[in-house]
Amino acid sequence: MIALKEEKEMAMIEFKNVEKYYDKFHALKNINLKVDKGEVVVVIGPSGSGKSTLIRTINGLEDFTEGQLIVNGYDLADSKTDLNQIRKDVGMVFQHFNLYDNKTVLENIMLAPKLVLKRDPKENKEHAMRLLKSVGVADKAESYPRQLSGGQKQRVAIARSLAMKPKALLFDEPTSALDPEMIDDVLNVMKKIATEGMTMVVVTHEMGFAREVADRVIFIDDGEILEDERADVFFKAPKEKRAQQFLSKIIKH
Amino acid sequence: MINVFTQHWQELLLGFGNTLLCSVIALFFSLIIGSTFAIFEVLPYKILHIVGRVYIEVFRNIPLLVIGMFFYVVVPQFFVTLDGFTAGTIGLTLYTSSFIAETVRAGIQAVDDGQMEGARANGMSFMQAMWHIILPQAFRYVIPPLGNQFINLVKNSSVLAFVAGFDLMYQGDAIASTTFDTFNTYIVVGILYLIITLPLSYYMRYLEKKLA
Repeated sequence: MIALKEEKEMAMIEFKNVEKYYDKFHALKNINLKVDKGEVVVVIGPSGSGKSTLIRTINGLEDFTEGQLIVNGYDLADSKTDLNQIRKDVGMVFQHFNLYDNKTVLENIMLAPKLVLKRDPKENKEHAMRLLKSVGVADKAESYPRQLSGGQKQRVAIARSLAMKPKALLFDEPTSALDPEMIDDVLNVMKKIATEGMTMVVVTHEMGFAREVADRVIFIDDGEILEDERADVFFKAPKEKRAQQFLSKIIKH
Repeated sequence: MINVFTQHWQELLLGFGNTLLCSVIALFFSLIIGSTFAIFEVLPYKILHIVGRVYIEVFRNIPLLVIGMFFYVVVPQFFVTLDGFTAGTIGLTLYTSSFIAETVRAGIQAVDDGQMEGARANGMSFMQAMWHIILPQAFRYVIPPLGNQFINLVKNSSVLAFVAGFDLMYQGDAIASTTFDTFNTYIVVGILYLIITLPLSYYMRYLEKKLA
């Protein structure tokens, strides 16, 4: 475990020349990307472009073949780095929620703080209830995940990752598995978190959210970052041809 | 039938007690050992896979009687003295644990990968995720086949009769060979086995309904 302490304003996440291969398939190509503290970065790109792989390397769910990746001061290329240390501070929200099916909503939120952070039970419960209230599902505290709608599940999942009091949150297509009428509830919760200053990396197809909330947009295709641009600039006039094509396809309907 | 019981109730009860005790001990330890090897098989360490595989294939592919005799005859010759009850119970535990390992492994693999991923991304260690999230769900899936294993275990405990384990079957054999009333003796023995296995079977079915 090596904490690389440099200057105070260190980037939260920094990829340096990261390469990833699945056998012969080149999944990530020379990725260089910096996410500062408090920044909201949206990653877009066609399916199979490597968006998910990219975001999943950040908390070590995927490894990489070459290069350097520093997250919250920890070096992921170093085999001595304890991934749990990174995951304590960097939460993740998944497309398919991944709530614990054998636990109630409240237990879902309280489990990791109890086991990993050894948080005091009373404080843990109060904190969990506050979070549930803030995402609007406090009345479901004693329900099991299977009793919730998709939108409720995702908001619980967000509350669960917030319960660890993370320094950054990763969202891997958080609204892609939701019915259309549920999407806004989830996006509104995400917007609220963003305005509270959370560092966020969001893989999404929700261009409205990207335009409104993102500081920067990353366009990735074929494992390569083709554009890394301020959101307003990007949406006004994407430079890359493939980005233009992608946007015209996705915004048409 | 009643005669057999009234005249030999002491031996029968002793045998019943030994069968019950052997079953409870073997069930407890085979569940722990079986689950451990099941976890070995899903860990990302090749060496543990091989250890788990070898254990399972060895003990589930050798007749229980051979394993029992090994602990009753061979082990005392070279290592420590074991009485029939202990030797039989160890044999039964190892044998059953290999089947339970296979069952539990299937249960673990039936749990959606997202459950482990969610727990790991949430900061939990592999073992924390296994213990709190994966295993409880895996057991829920495998209650019906586990019930079968448990019932087989109780019945297989009759192997103790061959290694002088003083279990129900052993006592039944002894009574039958002194009284020659084989018909009634084995019926009484059968009923006594049912007294253990039927409630067990119903309890497993109840669990299955309750947890489904």
